[in-house]
Amino acid sequence: MFNAIFDMLSYPFMQRALAVGILVSLCAALLGVSLVLRRYSMIGDGLSHVGFGALAIAAVANLAPLKVAIPVVVIAAFFLLRLSEDSRLKGDSAIAVISTSALAFGVLILSVGGGVNTDVYNYMFGSIYAMSEDDVVLSLSLSFIVLVLFILFYNRIFSVTFDETFARAGGIRVNAYTMLTAVLTAITIVLGMRMMGAMLISALIIFPALTAMRVFKTFRAVTIAAALIAIVSFAVGITLSYLFDAPGGATVVLVNLGAMLLFSCIGAIGKRK
Amino acid sequence: MAQIQCTDLSFTYDGVTVAEGINFTLKKGDYLCIVGENGSGKSTLVRGLLGLKAPAAGTITFGDGLFARGIGYLPQQTHLQKDFPASVREVVLSGCIGRFGNGLFYTKKEKQLAAYHMEKMGISDLAGRCYRELSGGQQQRVRLARALCATGELLLLDEPTAGLDPIVSRELYAMIEHLNKTEGITVVMVSHDTGAPFYAASHVLHLKHSQLFFGTREDYLASEAGKSFLGGLSDV
Repeated sequence: MFNAIFDMLSYPFMQRALAVGILVSLCAALLGVSLVLRRYSMIGDGLSHVGFGALAIAAVANLAPLKVAIPVVVIAAFFLLRLSEDSRLKGDSAIAVISTSALAFGVLILSVGGGVNTDVYNYMFGSIYAMSEDDVVLSLSLSFIVLVLFILFYNRIFSVTFDETFARAGGIRVNAYTMLTAVLTAITIVLGMRMMGAMLISALIIFPALTAMRVFKTFRAVTIAAALIAIVSFAVGITLSYLFDAPGGATVVLVNLGAMLLFSCIGAIGKRK
Repeated sequence: MAQIQCTDLSFTYDGVTVAEGINFTLKKGDYLCIVGENGSGKSTLVRGLLGLKAPAAGTITFGDGLFARGIGYLPQQTHLQKDFPASVREVVLSGCIGRFGNGLFYTKKEKQLAAYHMEKMGISDLAGRCYRELSGGQQQRVRLARALCATGELLLLDEPTAGLDPIVSRELYAMIEHLNKTEGITVVMVSHDTGAPFYAASHVLHLKHSQLFFGTREDYLASEAGKSFLGGLSDV
């Protein structure tokens, strides 16, 4: 088995997939802690579907995928947050409207533009062959930015996440932090979605935070644990998918689910003592 | 010198006036109880005092060492906090967030301040415990300690006993009264409770879109507004 793993690491496409995947998982997990606790988890799902629509346009128009998808998804992030904050519209149904429309739009464009079914499949469920050198560079810079911002603003992020009103009263610009989180989330999703798939990428945001919360009870511990769980789950998932020739994105999500079940058990046992 | 002076204050939402004609003055060490029915403009006034809602007309003037950021605010519990993974220490320390300015991390002084207020609220032994696992009364003391980290001057409490049982509520009121009497912290409290806070309050502000009454508690109990609001309770 170790030989097979060494084998795997010798392929450049696997090296890229691992590098991008680990970095994207790390960013998604850090952003996810705040998003999940503020009940914004569905935004990740909405954004990935919008990303799918944008990738479809890029594919048909023969443009560079990221150059189209990143601005489109960032703009969508602004909109989704506005919708969630507007009490007159129900946030969750608004997200559902936008995400299903974007998905339908993407499928239609792809089928009109040449009926490439493999493209649809790859965008929806991901492909580990999709990562280029550029993606590696971009994920490196993104994760560096996310990490630095997260550490610098850690105390403010906690304050905003725990109690928005109190943070506002203390002079924290809550909306600016929410926007920043949304923009970074949008970029993370676009980077990861061609590998993980539009239908599956939001798992990277939601699972690690939920898993960590089963066992850990302070914000700091949850944050650190979520980051580690995300990295380990991705590495294990992608290795399993290589060894058993299984689809990468789906395997990673199921490993994340396994980790959540495991942590739920540990949490339940810990509580009984 | 007045700590807070509100003059001809009014607030509007989308052009609709929700509260108007608010005039009151508080000195250091006063204990103001803000009463009124739901939707009478109490929460809007609170937002106004915190600087989160700009008045449509009139002025709020702070004096005697107080400024809007130096208000210790105790907002109502949000449903998010019920299953939030955070230690008591993390929550209390976050009360220092308004002291940051451009800083990024808590200093030793701020950590000592948090420890001092946890001690005062009798929750030092809970410092490492998870906030969501505490009882309602303990959680409220944690949030009170957090508010104290933000202020040495004025506590602004928005229905602090909502959802608490009567015994725990009484303890919390006693704690607030103690802070008011012994440390001279000014207290502004929005409350539906016509019992305990009334005995501690020095002043009452009664809102019903406009200001029905402002004055001392004794005068309020004798006034028309006071009699109708409290019903038969005033002579209990």
